[in-house]
Amino acid sequence: MKPRGWKELKPGAVVTEPGSAEKFKTGSWRAFRPRWIEENCIQCMFCWAYCPDMAVRAKDGKRGEFNYDYCKGCGICALECPGKKGKKAIVMEEEGK
Amino acid sequence: MATPLSLKELSKKEVRITGGHRMCSGCGAPIVVKMALLATDYPIVASNATGCLEVSTCISEYTAWKIPWIHNAFENAAATLSGVETMYRSLKKQGKIDKDIKFIAFGGDGGTYDIGFQSLSGAMERGHDMLYICYDNGAYMNTGIQRSSATPFGADTTTCPAGSVVPGKLQQRKDLTKIMAAHGIPYVAQASPSHWSDLMKKVKKALDIKGPKFMNIIAPCNRGWRSRTDDAILLSRLAVETCYWPLFEIEDGVTRVTVKPREHKPLVDFLKPQGRFKHLFAPENEHLLKQAQDYVDAYWERLLKEEAFFAPKE
Repeated sequence: MKPRGWKELKPGAVVTEPGSAEKFKTGSWRAFRPRWIEENCIQCMFCWAYCPDMAVRAKDGKRGEFNYDYCKGCGICALECPGKKGKKAIVMEEEGK
Repeated sequence: MATPLSLKELSKKEVRITGGHRMCSGCGAPIVVKMALLATDYPIVASNATGCLEVSTCISEYTAWKIPWIHNAFENAAATLSGVETMYRSLKKQGKIDKDIKFIAFGGDGGTYDIGFQSLSGAMERGHDMLYICYDNGAYMNTGIQRSSATPFGADTTTCPAGSVVPGKLQQRKDLTKIMAAHGIPYVAQASPSHWSDLMKKVKKALDIKGPKFMNIIAPCNRGWRSRTDDAILLSRLAVETCYWPLFEIEDGVTRVTVKPREHKPLVDFLKPQGRFKHLFAPENEHLLKQAQDYVDAYWERLLKEEAFFAPKE
């Protein structure tokens, strides 16, 4: 979004487009990157529920891939992931390695 | 309200807050908002007190909200929303609107316990049909961790720094949930994002009740609590399990504890992972730990007694 001067803003700086924050990608904040290992996933959806950045995709009640555009790499999903047989379905890996 | 309370079913719904907001990595507040908005199918109109949530979800021209949302000032989230609700009632009476809309005000603990307290109290007393949700992270995190009346005993903040003379905050927390219950409003509850189903049930229940409602929800802040970025849910769960943050509801004056932890963990389990309580673990501060534990125990005991008092007699 191109920055605009105050004269071009709507009165009261009202934002008329719902959910426009989706145009602002926060993925670059991330230092650690979560990786989803599908075979260890039991589809509990905890990661989807606990993600503060709505960065876990879900479709038809099933877990989808991470949305790395918004994931800030906090690691809540990896910590809360129950996994299967003691193996986590989400692991955090350092970015750029 | 057709959506059953299972994450599988809930995940098919549209989340009415988006990513791309600028809350810190691992913040508890957006989780609270997300769960509250998922709990209901009603159209929602929200107001927001100034705070982390407000400044980072609506940085000019970007809004993370997919619902009508209004911010006015720090102290008047409840007053602003009560105006909106009154206008809605008037428009409904005039036949200009026929939708069944619900109103939720969000405020942090600073904007609720301290600065917004008078407007909240007024809105509750006037009986507006709205739900006020306080996400309690226990300090003014947005401006740099200053103490609020929700800051727990012994916590180190920038305005009550722990040092050789003063060991952090010297006072206990203000018990806002009970203060709101004392307003005689139909529904008051305390919830935690770690117990998502309990939280959502409470929001759902609250929105189906007519009149003013208040909910206090714990929202860990890793910056202010000096903890790791990944432990927001872990800490809120420990807060419940140590009875630091009991989950209860007061419906029409009747207290009910909704989650009773299987084992009552010692309070240190909750304090230990947080850097803001680090100084309490020094040998000379052992009596402070005991004082904190005694307060939590006494509160829990009192709560159970209240519940027993109202329990249906066999």
